[in-house]
Amino acid sequence: MSAEAQFETVVPAKKAKVFAFPAQPASRRIDMKKVATGVARSIVPPLIVILLILLIWQIACSTPGASLPPPSVVWEQAGELIWNPFFDYGNGDIGLAWRVFASLQRVAVGFGLAALVGVAVGAFIGQSVWAMRGLDPIFQILRTVPPLAWLPLSLAAFRDSHPSAIFVIFITAVWPVIINTAVGVRNIPNDYRNVAAILRLNPIEFFFKVMVPAAAPYIFTGLRIGIGLSWLAIVAAEMLTGGVGIGFFIWDAWNSSRLPDIIVALVYIGVIGFMLDRLVAGFGAFITRGTAAN
Amino acid sequence: MAGYLKIEHVDKSFERNGVTSEVLKDISLEISEGEVISIIGHSGCGKSTLLNLIAGLTEVSSGAIVLGSEVVSGPGPERAVVFQNHSLLPWLTVYENVNLAVAKVFGGKKSKAERHEWIMHNLDLVQMGHARDKRPAEISGGMKQRVGIARALAMEPKILLLDEPFGALDALTRAHLQDAVMEIHERLHNTMIMITHDVDEAVLLSDRIVMMTNGPAARIGEVLAVPLGRPRRRLELAGDRTYLKCREAVLKFLYERHRFVEAA
Repeated sequence: MSAEAQFETVVPAKKAKVFAFPAQPASRRIDMKKVATGVARSIVPPLIVILLILLIWQIACSTPGASLPPPSVVWEQAGELIWNPFFDYGNGDIGLAWRVFASLQRVAVGFGLAALVGVAVGAFIGQSVWAMRGLDPIFQILRTVPPLAWLPLSLAAFRDSHPSAIFVIFITAVWPVIINTAVGVRNIPNDYRNVAAILRLNPIEFFFKVMVPAAAPYIFTGLRIGIGLSWLAIVAAEMLTGGVGIGFFIWDAWNSSRLPDIIVALVYIGVIGFMLDRLVAGFGAFITRGTAAN
Repeated sequence: MAGYLKIEHVDKSFERNGVTSEVLKDISLEISEGEVISIIGHSGCGKSTLLNLIAGLTEVSSGAIVLGSEVVSGPGPERAVVFQNHSLLPWLTVYENVNLAVAKVFGGKKSKAERHEWIMHNLDLVQMGHARDKRPAEISGGMKQRVGIARALAMEPKILLLDEPFGALDALTRAHLQDAVMEIHERLHNTMIMITHDVDEAVLLSDRIVMMTNGPAARIGEVLAVPLGRPRRRLELAGDRTYLKCREAVLKFLYERHRFVEAA
Protein backbone atom coordinates (compact mmCIF):
# COMPACT_ATOMS: atom_id res chain seq x y z
CA MET A 1 0.00 0.00 0.00
CA SER A 2 2.69 2.48 1.03
CA ALA A 3 4.93 1.44 -1.81
CA GLU A 4 2.18 2.14 -4.25
CA ALA A 5 1.61 5.56 -2.81
CA GLN A 6 5.31 6.37 -3.11
CA PHE A 7 5.30 5.20 -6.67
CA GLU A 8 2.43 7.47 -7.48
CA THR A 9 3.97 10.57 -5.97
CA VAL A 10 7.42 10.12 -7.46
CA VAL A 11 6.62 9.38 -11.06
CA PRO A 12 4.61 12.47 -12.04
CA ALA A 13 7.27 14.75 -10.57
CA LYS A 14 9.92 13.12 -12.71
CA LYS A 15 7.75 13.36 -15.77
CA ALA A 16 7.14 17.03 -15.27
CA LYS A 17 10.88 17.77 -15.00
CA VAL A 18 11.73 15.86 -18.13
CA PHE A 19 9.08 17.54 -20.27
CA ALA A 20 9.36 21.10 -19.03
CA PHE A 21 12.51 22.30 -20.79
CA PRO A 22 12.79 20.95 -24.32
CA ALA A 23 9.05 21.27 -24.96
CA GLN A 24 9.07 24.12 -27.48
CA PRO A 25 11.89 23.25 -29.86
CA ALA A 26 10.86 19.61 -29.81
CA SER A 27 7.29 20.41 -30.76
CA ARG A 28 8.44 22.70 -33.56
CA ARG A 29 10.68 20.02 -35.02
CA ILE A 30 7.84 17.50 -34.81
CA ASP A 31 5.52 19.92 -36.59
CA MET A 32 7.88 20.33 -39.53
CA LYS A 33 8.28 16.60 -39.72
CA LYS A 34 4.54 16.12 -39.53
CA VAL A 35 3.92 18.59 -42.35
CA ALA A 36 6.55 16.90 -44.47
CA THR A 37 5.13 13.44 -43.89
CA GLY A 38 1.61 14.75 -44.48
CA VAL A 39 2.64 16.23 -47.82
CA ALA A 40 4.52 13.08 -48.73
CA ARG A 41 1.52 10.94 -47.82
CA SER A 42 -0.90 12.86 -50.01
CA ILE A 43 1.41 13.64 -52.94
CA VAL A 44 3.77 10.70 -53.36
CA PRO A 45 1.19 7.89 -53.95
CA PRO A 46 -0.76 9.70 -56.70
CA LEU A 47 2.52 10.81 -58.26
CA ILE A 48 3.72 7.21 -58.46
CA VAL A 49 0.41 6.07 -59.89
CA ILE A 50 0.44 8.82 -62.51
CA LEU A 51 3.98 7.91 -63.58
CA LEU A 52 2.97 4.26 -63.81
CA ILE A 53 -0.06 5.08 -65.93
CA LEU A 54 2.03 7.29 -68.23
CA LEU A 55 4.55 4.49 -68.56
CA ILE A 56 1.95 1.86 -69.44
CA TRP A 57 0.27 4.28 -71.82
CA GLN A 58 3.60 5.06 -73.48
CA ILE A 59 4.36 1.36 -73.97
CA ALA A 60 0.87 0.49 -75.15
CA CYS A 61 0.67 3.29 -77.71
CA SER A 62 4.23 3.04 -79.04
CA THR A 63 3.50 0.21 -81.44
CA PRO A 64 3.49 1.32 -85.12
CA GLY A 65 -0.24 0.73 -85.67
CA ALA A 66 -1.44 2.43 -82.45
CA SER A 67 -4.61 4.49 -82.91
CA LEU A 68 -3.97 6.87 -79.99
CA PRO A 69 -0.89 9.03 -79.39
CA PRO A 70 1.47 8.12 -76.53
CA PRO A 71 2.34 10.75 -73.86
CA SER A 72 5.58 11.65 -75.58
CA VAL A 73 3.71 12.63 -78.75
CA VAL A 74 1.14 14.55 -76.73
CA TRP A 75 3.94 16.55 -75.11
CA GLU A 76 5.59 17.16 -78.47
CA GLN A 77 2.50 18.28 -80.38
CA ALA A 78 0.33 19.83 -77.70
CA GLY A 79 3.05 20.96 -75.31
CA GLU A 80 2.30 24.63 -75.78
CA LEU A 81 -1.28 24.05 -74.64
CA ILE A 82 0.08 22.69 -71.38
CA TRP A 83 2.81 25.15 -70.50
CA ASN A 84 1.28 28.27 -72.01
CA PRO A 85 -2.46 28.34 -71.37
CA PHE A 86 -2.73 32.10 -71.94
CA PHE A 87 -1.45 32.60 -75.52
CA ASP A 88 -3.52 34.51 -78.02
CA TYR A 89 -2.38 34.30 -81.64
CA GLY A 90 -5.50 35.96 -83.03
CA ASN A 91 -8.07 34.42 -85.34
CA GLY A 92 -9.52 32.40 -82.46
CA ASP A 93 -6.26 30.58 -81.89
CA ILE A 94 -6.13 31.05 -78.13
CA GLY A 95 -4.81 29.18 -75.08
CA LEU A 96 -6.92 26.67 -73.20
CA ALA A 97 -7.23 28.94 -70.16
CA TRP A 98 -9.19 31.42 -72.28
CA ARG A 99 -11.46 28.67 -73.58
CA VAL A 100 -12.02 27.32 -70.10
CA PHE A 101 -12.75 30.86 -68.99
CA ALA A 102 -15.44 31.20 -71.67
CA SER A 103 -17.02 27.92 -70.56
CA LEU A 104 -16.84 28.95 -66.92
CA GLN A 105 -18.67 32.16 -67.71
CA ARG A 106 -21.57 30.17 -69.18
CA VAL A 107 -21.56 27.86 -66.20
CA ALA A 108 -21.49 30.83 -63.83
CA VAL A 109 -24.60 32.35 -65.40
CA GLY A 110 -26.50 29.07 -65.80
CA PHE A 111 -25.54 27.70 -62.41
CA GLY A 112 -26.13 31.04 -60.69
CA LEU A 113 -29.67 31.13 -62.08
CA ALA A 114 -30.17 27.48 -61.10
CA ALA A 115 -29.01 28.21 -57.55
CA LEU A 116 -31.37 31.18 -57.15
CA VAL A 117 -34.39 29.49 -58.72
CA GLY A 118 -33.60 26.12 -57.11
CA VAL A 119 -33.42 27.51 -53.58
CA ALA A 120 -36.58 29.57 -54.03
CA VAL A 121 -38.62 26.76 -55.59
CA GLY A 122 -37.17 24.21 -53.15
CA ALA A 123 -38.12 26.40 -50.20
CA PHE A 124 -41.62 26.75 -51.61
CA ILE A 125 -42.24 23.04 -52.07
CA GLY A 126 -40.54 22.25 -48.77
CA GLN A 127 -42.97 24.59 -47.02
CA SER A 128 -46.19 23.63 -48.75
CA VAL A 129 -47.57 20.11 -48.65
CA TRP A 130 -49.72 20.79 -51.70
CA ALA A 131 -46.89 22.22 -53.78
CA MET A 132 -44.91 19.15 -52.82
CA ARG A 133 -47.66 16.77 -53.89
CA GLY A 134 -48.26 18.61 -57.13
CA LEU A 135 -44.71 19.35 -58.22
CA ASP A 136 -42.59 16.54 -56.87
CA PRO A 137 -43.70 13.83 -59.35
CA ILE A 138 -43.12 16.22 -62.26
CA PHE A 139 -39.66 17.14 -60.98
CA GLN A 140 -38.78 13.51 -60.42
CA ILE A 141 -39.52 12.78 -64.08
CA LEU A 142 -37.94 15.93 -65.52
CA ARG A 143 -34.71 15.54 -63.60
CA THR A 144 -33.96 12.24 -65.35
CA VAL A 145 -34.06 13.86 -68.79
CA PRO A 146 -30.43 14.01 -70.05
CA PRO A 147 -29.13 17.59 -70.40
CA LEU A 148 -28.53 17.33 -74.14
CA ALA A 149 -32.11 16.26 -74.80
CA TRP A 150 -33.09 19.80 -73.82
CA LEU A 151 -30.75 21.37 -76.35
CA PRO A 152 -32.87 21.13 -79.54
CA LEU A 153 -35.88 22.53 -77.71
CA SER A 154 -33.91 25.41 -76.23
CA LEU A 155 -32.31 26.15 -79.60
CA ALA A 156 -35.78 26.35 -81.08
CA ALA A 157 -37.00 28.56 -78.24
CA PHE A 158 -34.03 30.97 -78.00
CA ARG A 159 -32.92 30.83 -81.66
CA ASP A 160 -29.34 31.43 -80.53
CA SER A 161 -26.67 29.06 -79.31
CA HIS A 162 -25.39 31.18 -76.41
CA PRO A 163 -28.60 31.38 -74.33
CA SER A 164 -29.37 27.78 -75.30
CA ALA A 165 -26.14 26.55 -73.74
CA ILE A 166 -26.87 28.55 -70.59
CA PHE A 167 -30.38 27.14 -70.47
CA VAL A 168 -29.03 23.60 -70.70
CA ILE A 169 -26.72 24.33 -67.74
CA PHE A 170 -29.61 25.80 -65.82
CA ILE A 171 -32.00 22.92 -66.46
CA THR A 172 -29.31 20.39 -65.57
CA ALA A 173 -28.24 21.98 -62.31
CA VAL A 174 -31.61 23.13 -61.01
CA TRP A 175 -33.11 19.75 -60.03
CA PRO A 176 -30.68 18.65 -57.35
CA VAL A 177 -30.81 22.15 -55.86
CA ILE A 178 -34.62 22.11 -55.74
CA ILE A 179 -34.88 18.62 -54.33
CA ASN A 180 -32.18 19.02 -51.68
CA THR A 181 -33.48 22.41 -50.59
CA ALA A 182 -37.00 20.99 -50.27
CA VAL A 183 -35.76 18.12 -48.11
CA GLY A 184 -33.71 20.53 -46.00
CA VAL A 185 -36.68 22.83 -45.47
CA ARG A 186 -38.96 19.93 -44.57
CA ASN A 187 -36.41 18.80 -41.99
CA ILE A 188 -36.26 22.13 -40.15
CA PRO A 189 -36.99 21.21 -36.52
CA ASN A 190 -40.43 22.21 -35.36
CA ASP A 191 -38.85 24.09 -32.45
CA TYR A 192 -37.27 26.61 -34.82
CA ARG A 193 -40.66 27.15 -36.42
CA ASN A 194 -42.20 27.68 -33.00
CA VAL A 195 -39.53 30.23 -32.10
CA ALA A 196 -40.21 32.04 -35.35
CA ALA A 197 -43.96 31.90 -34.72
CA ILE A 198 -43.64 33.38 -31.24
CA LEU A 199 -41.42 36.16 -32.57
CA ARG A 200 -43.94 36.68 -35.38
CA LEU A 201 -41.22 36.61 -38.03
CA ASN A 202 -42.76 37.42 -41.40
CA PRO A 203 -42.16 35.00 -44.29
CA ILE A 204 -39.19 36.99 -45.62
CA GLU A 205 -37.52 37.19 -42.21
CA PHE A 206 -38.24 33.50 -41.67
CA PHE A 207 -36.70 32.65 -45.04
CA PHE A 208 -33.44 34.49 -44.40
CA LYS A 209 -33.05 34.10 -40.64
CA VAL A 210 -34.26 30.55 -40.07
CA MET A 211 -34.96 28.61 -43.26
CA VAL A 212 -31.79 29.26 -45.24
CA PRO A 213 -29.35 28.77 -42.34
CA ALA A 214 -31.22 25.71 -41.07
CA ALA A 215 -31.34 24.09 -44.50
CA ALA A 216 -27.88 25.29 -45.55
CA PRO A 217 -26.17 21.88 -45.29
CA TYR A 218 -28.81 20.38 -47.59
CA ILE A 219 -28.74 23.37 -49.93
CA PHE A 220 -24.98 23.10 -50.32
CA THR A 221 -25.22 19.38 -51.02
CA GLY A 222 -27.61 20.25 -53.84
CA LEU A 223 -25.37 23.04 -55.11
CA ARG A 224 -22.38 20.72 -55.11
CA ILE A 225 -24.19 18.09 -57.16
CA GLY A 226 -25.48 20.89 -59.39
CA ILE A 227 -22.09 22.40 -60.18
CA GLY A 228 -20.76 18.95 -61.05
CA LEU A 229 -23.64 18.32 -63.44
CA SER A 230 -23.27 21.79 -64.97
CA TRP A 231 -19.66 21.12 -65.82
CA LEU A 232 -20.64 17.79 -67.36
CA ALA A 233 -23.33 19.45 -69.43
CA ILE A 234 -21.37 22.50 -70.64
CA VAL A 235 -18.80 20.41 -72.49
CA ALA A 236 -21.47 18.40 -74.27
CA ALA A 237 -23.55 21.47 -75.04
CA GLU A 238 -20.61 23.40 -76.45
CA MET A 239 -19.71 20.51 -78.72
CA LEU A 240 -23.07 21.02 -80.39
CA THR A 241 -23.52 24.79 -80.18
CA GLY A 242 -19.99 25.84 -81.16
CA GLY A 243 -18.38 29.16 -80.29
CA VAL A 244 -15.52 29.67 -77.89
CA GLY A 245 -15.27 27.10 -75.13
CA ILE A 246 -13.48 24.01 -73.98
CA GLY A 247 -16.21 21.72 -75.32
CA PHE A 248 -16.10 23.21 -78.78
CA PHE A 249 -12.30 23.04 -78.69
CA ILE A 250 -12.51 19.25 -78.30
CA TRP A 251 -14.97 18.96 -81.15
CA ASP A 252 -12.83 21.17 -83.34
CA ALA A 253 -9.71 19.17 -82.50
CA TRP A 254 -11.50 15.95 -83.39
CA ASN A 255 -12.59 17.35 -86.73
CA SER A 256 -8.99 18.29 -87.55
CA SER A 257 -7.59 15.07 -86.09
CA ARG A 258 -5.55 16.70 -83.34
CA LEU A 259 -5.82 13.90 -80.81
CA PRO A 260 -3.05 15.22 -78.51
CA ASP A 261 -5.03 18.46 -78.05
CA ILE A 262 -8.08 16.48 -76.99
CA ILE A 263 -6.10 14.65 -74.36
CA VAL A 264 -4.77 17.90 -72.89
CA ALA A 265 -8.27 19.37 -72.92
CA LEU A 266 -9.61 16.34 -71.03
CA VAL A 267 -7.07 16.90 -68.28
CA TYR A 268 -8.06 20.58 -68.11
CA ILE A 269 -11.74 19.69 -67.81
CA GLY A 270 -11.05 17.18 -65.04
CA VAL A 271 -8.90 19.58 -63.04
CA ILE A 272 -11.37 22.47 -63.39
CA GLY A 273 -14.32 20.24 -62.45
CA PHE A 274 -12.45 19.09 -59.36
CA MET A 275 -11.68 22.68 -58.43
CA LEU A 276 -15.30 23.75 -58.88
CA ASP A 277 -16.49 20.93 -56.64
CA ARG A 278 -13.95 21.84 -53.96
CA LEU A 279 -14.84 25.52 -54.27
CA VAL A 280 -18.55 24.92 -53.59
CA ALA A 281 -17.78 22.37 -50.87
CA GLY A 282 -15.36 24.76 -49.16
CA PHE A 283 -17.79 27.64 -49.42
CA GLY A 284 -20.52 25.44 -47.94
CA ALA A 285 -18.30 24.31 -45.09
CA PHE A 286 -17.49 27.95 -44.36
CA ILE A 287 -21.11 29.11 -44.44
CA THR A 288 -22.52 26.20 -42.43
CA ARG A 289 -19.76 26.08 -39.83
CA GLY A 290 -22.24 26.79 -37.02
CA THR A 291 -25.19 24.80 -38.23
CA ALA A 292 -24.42 21.45 -36.66
CA ALA A 293 -27.45 20.82 -34.49
CA ASN A 294 -27.21 21.33 -30.73
CA MET B 1 -55.23 41.98 -10.63
CA ALA B 2 -57.32 38.85 -10.63
CA GLY B 3 -58.12 37.15 -13.90
CA TYR B 4 -55.05 38.47 -15.73
CA LEU B 5 -55.07 35.29 -17.80
CA LYS B 6 -58.41 33.56 -18.17
CA ILE B 7 -58.83 30.11 -19.60
CA GLU B 8 -62.55 29.60 -20.15
CA HIS B 9 -64.08 26.20 -20.87
CA VAL B 10 -61.36 25.20 -23.26
CA ASP B 11 -61.66 21.88 -25.12
CA LYS B 12 -59.03 20.54 -27.43
CA SER B 13 -59.33 17.58 -29.73
CA PHE B 14 -57.11 16.42 -32.55
CA GLU B 15 -58.31 14.69 -35.67
CA ARG B 16 -56.16 12.19 -37.46
CA ASN B 17 -57.29 9.87 -40.25
CA GLY B 18 -60.90 10.60 -39.43
CA VAL B 19 -60.49 9.60 -35.79
CA THR B 20 -61.08 12.39 -33.30
CA SER B 21 -59.23 12.13 -30.01
CA GLU B 22 -60.15 14.43 -27.15
CA VAL B 23 -57.08 15.66 -25.32
CA LEU B 24 -58.39 18.37 -23.01
CA LYS B 25 -61.94 18.71 -21.71
CA ASP B 26 -63.50 21.80 -20.16
CA ILE B 27 -60.38 23.47 -18.78
CA SER B 28 -61.11 26.65 -16.82
CA LEU B 29 -58.49 28.58 -14.87
CA GLU B 30 -57.84 32.16 -13.79
CA ILE B 31 -54.36 33.40 -13.13
CA SER B 32 -53.45 36.69 -11.45
CA GLU B 33 -50.67 39.00 -12.51
CA GLY B 34 -47.36 38.05 -10.93
CA GLU B 35 -48.52 34.57 -10.03
CA VAL B 36 -46.42 31.47 -10.61
CA ILE B 37 -48.48 28.44 -11.64
CA SER B 38 -47.26 24.90 -12.14
CA ILE B 39 -49.16 22.40 -14.20
CA ILE B 40 -48.39 18.86 -13.17
CA GLY B 41 -49.67 15.53 -14.39
CA HIS B 42 -48.58 12.19 -15.78
CA SER B 43 -47.11 12.10 -19.26
CA GLY B 44 -49.72 12.14 -22.00
CA CYS B 45 -52.21 14.11 -19.91
CA GLY B 46 -52.11 17.04 -22.31
CA LYS B 47 -50.25 19.50 -20.14
CA SER B 48 -47.94 20.47 -22.99
CA THR B 49 -50.99 20.83 -25.22
CA LEU B 50 -52.47 23.24 -22.67
CA LEU B 51 -49.27 25.31 -22.72
CA ASN B 52 -49.28 25.33 -26.53
CA LEU B 53 -52.87 26.57 -26.45
CA ILE B 54 -51.90 29.45 -24.16
CA ALA B 55 -48.87 30.18 -26.34
CA GLY B 56 -51.14 30.20 -29.38
CA LEU B 57 -49.05 27.56 -31.15
CA THR B 58 -52.16 25.35 -31.26
CA GLU B 59 -55.73 26.53 -31.67
CA VAL B 60 -58.45 25.76 -29.15
CA SER B 61 -61.30 23.56 -30.36
CA SER B 62 -63.81 25.43 -28.25
CA GLY B 63 -63.74 27.93 -25.40
CA ALA B 64 -61.34 30.85 -25.19
CA ILE B 65 -58.14 32.05 -23.61
CA VAL B 66 -57.98 35.73 -22.68
CA LEU B 67 -54.79 37.54 -21.70
CA GLY B 68 -55.41 41.01 -20.26
CA SER B 69 -58.24 42.11 -22.48
CA GLU B 70 -57.23 40.26 -25.63
CA VAL B 71 -58.36 36.86 -26.81
CA VAL B 72 -55.38 34.67 -27.66
CA SER B 73 -55.29 33.91 -31.37
CA GLY B 74 -51.93 32.77 -32.62
CA PRO B 75 -48.49 32.99 -31.06
CA GLY B 76 -46.81 36.22 -30.08
CA PRO B 77 -43.92 37.63 -28.05
CA GLU B 78 -46.21 38.74 -25.20
CA ARG B 79 -46.51 35.02 -24.38
CA ALA B 80 -42.87 33.95 -24.58
CA VAL B 81 -42.07 30.27 -24.31
CA VAL B 82 -39.04 28.59 -22.79
CA PHE B 83 -38.86 25.27 -24.61
CA GLN B 84 -37.83 21.99 -23.06
CA ASN B 85 -34.92 21.55 -25.45
CA HIS B 86 -33.89 25.24 -25.41
CA SER B 87 -34.53 25.68 -29.18
CA LEU B 88 -31.66 28.08 -29.63
CA LEU B 89 -30.66 28.56 -33.24
CA PRO B 90 -27.31 26.75 -33.49
CA TRP B 91 -25.81 29.01 -36.16
CA LEU B 92 -26.20 32.10 -33.98
CA THR B 93 -24.14 33.02 -30.94
CA VAL B 94 -25.76 33.43 -27.53
CA TYR B 95 -25.89 37.18 -28.09
CA GLU B 96 -27.34 36.83 -31.58
CA ASN B 97 -30.00 34.42 -30.37
CA VAL B 98 -31.26 36.96 -27.86
CA ASN B 99 -30.77 39.73 -30.40
CA LEU B 100 -33.08 37.92 -32.84
CA ALA B 101 -35.88 38.35 -30.32
CA VAL B 102 -34.91 41.87 -29.24
CA ALA B 103 -34.49 43.17 -32.79
CA LYS B 104 -37.92 41.84 -33.72
CA VAL B 105 -39.81 42.98 -30.62
CA PHE B 106 -38.03 46.29 -29.96
CA GLY B 107 -36.68 47.05 -33.44
CA GLY B 108 -38.71 50.23 -33.80
CA LYS B 109 -38.92 51.21 -30.14
CA LYS B 110 -35.35 51.13 -28.90
CA SER B 111 -32.15 52.55 -30.36
CA LYS B 112 -29.28 50.23 -31.22
CA ALA B 113 -27.42 51.11 -28.01
CA GLU B 114 -30.57 50.57 -25.94
CA ARG B 115 -31.13 47.20 -27.57
CA HIS B 116 -27.55 46.16 -26.83
CA GLU B 117 -28.02 47.27 -23.23
CA TRP B 118 -31.25 45.29 -22.99
CA ILE B 119 -29.68 42.12 -24.43
CA MET B 120 -26.77 42.29 -22.00
CA HIS B 121 -29.15 43.07 -19.14
CA ASN B 122 -31.12 39.90 -19.84
CA LEU B 123 -28.01 37.78 -20.33
CA ASP B 124 -26.64 39.08 -17.03
CA LEU B 125 -29.97 38.29 -15.38
CA VAL B 126 -29.37 34.61 -16.11
CA GLN B 127 -25.61 34.99 -15.53
CA MET B 128 -24.72 34.28 -19.13
CA GLY B 129 -23.13 37.63 -20.05
CA HIS B 130 -19.71 35.98 -20.10
CA ALA B 131 -20.74 33.55 -22.86
CA ARG B 132 -22.24 36.10 -25.24
CA ASP B 133 -20.01 35.13 -28.17
CA LYS B 134 -20.30 31.38 -27.78
CA ARG B 135 -22.48 29.24 -29.99
CA PRO B 136 -25.05 26.90 -28.40
CA ALA B 137 -22.90 23.87 -29.25
CA GLU B 138 -20.11 25.27 -27.09
CA ILE B 139 -22.07 25.64 -23.83
CA SER B 140 -23.64 23.11 -21.46
CA GLY B 141 -27.29 22.08 -21.36
CA GLY B 142 -27.99 24.19 -18.28
CA MET B 143 -26.37 27.22 -19.88
CA LYS B 144 -28.42 26.74 -23.05
CA GLN B 145 -31.57 26.72 -20.97
CA ARG B 146 -30.42 29.90 -19.22
CA VAL B 147 -30.01 31.57 -22.61
CA GLY B 148 -33.46 30.25 -23.57
CA ILE B 149 -34.86 31.98 -20.49
CA ALA B 150 -32.94 35.16 -21.31
CA ARG B 151 -34.35 35.14 -24.84
CA ALA B 152 -37.88 34.72 -23.51
CA LEU B 153 -37.44 37.44 -20.86
CA ALA B 154 -35.95 39.78 -23.46
CA MET B 155 -39.31 39.80 -25.25
CA GLU B 156 -40.70 41.46 -22.11
CA PRO B 157 -43.63 39.04 -22.12
CA LYS B 158 -46.86 39.59 -20.23
CA ILE B 159 -46.64 35.96 -19.28
CA LEU B 160 -43.73 33.55 -19.37
CA LEU B 161 -44.53 29.99 -20.39
CA LEU B 162 -42.07 27.28 -19.44
CA ASP B 163 -42.52 23.86 -21.02
CA GLU B 164 -40.74 21.36 -18.76
CA PRO B 165 -37.80 23.74 -18.84
CA PHE B 166 -35.46 21.66 -16.68
CA GLY B 167 -36.66 18.20 -17.64
CA ALA B 168 -33.57 17.37 -19.66
CA LEU B 169 -31.08 18.56 -17.04
CA ASP B 170 -29.31 16.72 -14.24
CA ALA B 171 -30.54 17.24 -10.67
CA LEU B 172 -27.82 19.69 -9.58
CA THR B 173 -28.09 21.89 -12.66
CA ARG B 174 -31.85 21.77 -12.30
CA ALA B 175 -31.63 23.09 -8.73
CA HIS B 176 -29.38 25.96 -9.87
CA LEU B 177 -31.84 26.92 -12.58
CA GLN B 178 -34.81 26.71 -10.23
CA ASP B 179 -33.01 29.13 -7.93
CA ALA B 180 -32.31 31.36 -10.91
CA VAL B 181 -35.99 31.36 -11.85
CA MET B 182 -36.98 32.24 -8.28
CA GLU B 183 -34.49 35.10 -8.24
CA ILE B 184 -35.79 36.42 -11.53
CA HIS B 185 -39.36 36.25 -10.28
CA GLU B 186 -38.36 38.11 -7.13
CA ARG B 187 -36.90 40.92 -9.22
CA LEU B 188 -39.44 41.14 -12.02
CA HIS B 189 -42.63 39.75 -10.42
CA ASN B 190 -43.55 38.29 -13.79
CA THR B 191 -46.44 35.94 -14.37
CA MET B 192 -45.29 32.40 -15.10
CA ILE B 193 -46.87 29.12 -16.07
CA MET B 194 -44.62 26.11 -15.87
CA ILE B 195 -45.22 22.58 -17.02
CA THR B 196 -43.43 20.05 -14.88
CA HIS B 197 -43.48 16.43 -13.79
CA ASP B 198 -41.28 17.11 -10.78
CA VAL B 199 -43.28 17.40 -7.56
CA ASP B 200 -40.55 19.22 -5.63
CA GLU B 201 -40.07 21.70 -8.42
CA ALA B 202 -43.79 22.41 -8.50
CA VAL B 203 -44.04 23.01 -4.74
CA LEU B 204 -40.81 25.00 -4.52
CA LEU B 205 -41.54 27.40 -7.35
CA SER B 206 -45.27 27.93 -7.54
CA ASP B 207 -48.02 29.83 -5.81
CA ARG B 208 -50.57 27.34 -7.06
CA ILE B 209 -50.24 23.86 -8.52
CA VAL B 210 -52.71 22.77 -11.16
CA MET B 211 -53.04 18.98 -11.15
CA MET B 212 -54.32 17.32 -14.29
CA THR B 213 -56.19 14.03 -14.48
CA ASN B 214 -55.04 11.38 -16.92
CA GLY B 215 -56.03 11.61 -20.57
CA PRO B 216 -57.80 11.12 -22.86
CA ALA B 217 -60.07 14.10 -22.22
CA ALA B 218 -57.93 15.30 -19.33
CA ARG B 219 -59.42 17.81 -16.92
CA ILE B 220 -58.08 19.93 -14.10
CA GLY B 221 -58.40 17.54 -11.17
CA GLU B 222 -57.44 19.88 -8.38
CA VAL B 223 -55.77 23.21 -7.79
CA LEU B 224 -53.51 23.36 -4.75
CA ALA B 225 -52.45 26.68 -3.23
CA VAL B 226 -48.94 26.68 -1.81
CA PRO B 227 -49.09 29.02 1.20
CA LEU B 228 -45.35 29.52 1.52
CA GLY B 229 -43.82 32.97 1.82
CA ARG B 230 -41.18 34.31 -0.51
CA PRO B 231 -38.25 34.34 -0.91
CA ARG B 232 -38.10 30.59 -0.55
CA ARG B 233 -34.93 28.76 0.33
CA ARG B 234 -34.55 25.20 -0.78
CA LEU B 235 -32.69 24.07 2.36
CA GLU B 236 -35.02 25.71 4.88
CA LEU B 237 -38.05 24.27 3.13
CA ALA B 238 -36.74 20.72 3.10
CA GLY B 239 -38.12 20.18 6.60
CA ASP B 240 -40.91 22.75 6.53
CA ARG B 241 -44.33 21.36 7.49
CA THR B 242 -46.35 23.33 4.98
CA TYR B 243 -43.93 22.36 2.25
CA LEU B 244 -44.14 18.68 3.16
CA LYS B 245 -47.92 18.83 3.35
CA CYS B 246 -48.18 20.36 -0.12
CA ARG B 247 -45.75 17.81 -1.43
CA GLU B 248 -47.79 15.01 0.08
CA ALA B 249 -51.00 16.40 -1.39
CA VAL B 250 -49.53 16.42 -4.88
CA LEU B 251 -48.06 12.95 -4.49
CA LYS B 252 -51.40 11.61 -3.23
CA PHE B 253 -53.19 13.12 -6.17
CA LEU B 254 -50.72 11.68 -8.66
CA TYR B 255 -50.18 8.24 -7.17
CA GLU B 256 -53.37 7.42 -5.28
CA ARG B 257 -56.32 8.99 -6.99
CA HIS B 258 -54.98 9.33 -10.50
CA ARG B 259 -52.43 6.63 -10.90
CA PHE B 260 -50.97 6.37 -14.33
CA VAL B 261 -52.24 2.98 -15.41
CA GLU B 262 -49.92 2.31 -18.31
CA ALA B 263 -46.84 3.07 -16.24
CA ALA B 264 -47.61 0.36 -13.69
